[in-house]
Amino acid sequence: MSVDFIISHMNYWLFIVLMMTGFYIVVSRGNFIKKIIGLNIFQSAVFMFYISLGKVTGGTAPIFPLKLENIDPSVVYSNPLPHVLILTAIVVGVATTALGLALIVRIREEFGTIEEEDILEIESDMQAKDNRRHGDAMGGRA
Amino acid sequence: MIEILINIVLFFFMIVTAIAVLRMQRLFGVVMLSGVFSLLSALLFVTLDAVDVAFTEAAVGAGITTVLMLGTMALTAREEKLRSNFSPVPLIVVLVTGAVLIYGTLDMPHFGAADSPAQTQVANVYLTESPDDIGVPNVVTAILASYRGYDTLGETVVVFTACVGVLMLIGSFARRGVRLPRRRRRGPSS
Repeated sequence: MSVDFIISHMNYWLFIVLMMTGFYIVVSRGNFIKKIIGLNIFQSAVFMFYISLGKVTGGTAPIFPLKLENIDPSVVYSNPLPHVLILTAIVVGVATTALGLALIVRIREEFGTIEEEDILEIESDMQAKDNRRHGDAMGGRA
Repeated sequence: MIEILINIVLFFFMIVTAIAVLRMQRLFGVVMLSGVFSLLSALLFVTLDAVDVAFTEAAVGAGITTVLMLGTMALTAREEKLRSNFSPVPLIVVLVTGAVLIYGTLDMPHFGAADSPAQTQVANVYLTESPDDIGVPNVVTAILASYRGYDTLGETVVVFTACVGVLMLIGSFARRGVRLPRRRRRGPSS
């Protein structure tokens, strides 16, 4: 592994570190709002990864001069395609975030909490109560 | 070279922000930090030549998302409950996934290489033909609105669907819990 190799792959590794930080927030924290923020961090890391694939060294933003006949063919432009895909992805990401947050509001209305552990506890309580009721109805056989 | 240095500094900031999100208990601070994170990533997009993505991220990511999160926070909770038990499983899962992903990057083309597959295929067609085909100076706009117009239409459909979903969940037509049937019966008589 040469220094050149490390420098040219450094960016990708940094994205992965960032992505894994987001992933860790999602799996280790019980608060739903924090989970959504972790997902957003994860998602942003993927966006940066895509955009960095489109970067060309010494290139510039893919915008031509206003007078299209003045285009200088020697100018290097970065790849515009990842930019388009990620523009779409950002907007879709906000839409899904909004849906997730709406679900959180509903969960809070139903359970009175947005902590994963508390909800699991409430659900197992409800399950136990149900089991007991059905058990009584069946004469203690269930 | 200087670009890579700027990238690394911005990354350092972003990782610090992400770790602060992880550690912080007060949700208001967490939401604000996620806004900071979005702005930092917008800066990074500028250094990577993606100016259109940068301003979308700054407007939509840092603006609208932060507002949505603040609204949710106001409707739910202000504070994260501290978890008592620390489990090593998430850490192991994350580290293993990260190691696999890093292994996957080893045979990727160098950062900024002009001869990587992503650069040599359709991108050149867009860059050389779009002034004649579409006549818009901004190539990103040309692709977004014309070459990949159906893609953008699909995006609109997704946003519409999410909007309908949100309205059905918490809008005024939403069916809320078990109290609703009683309220509905009383409705026509009153």
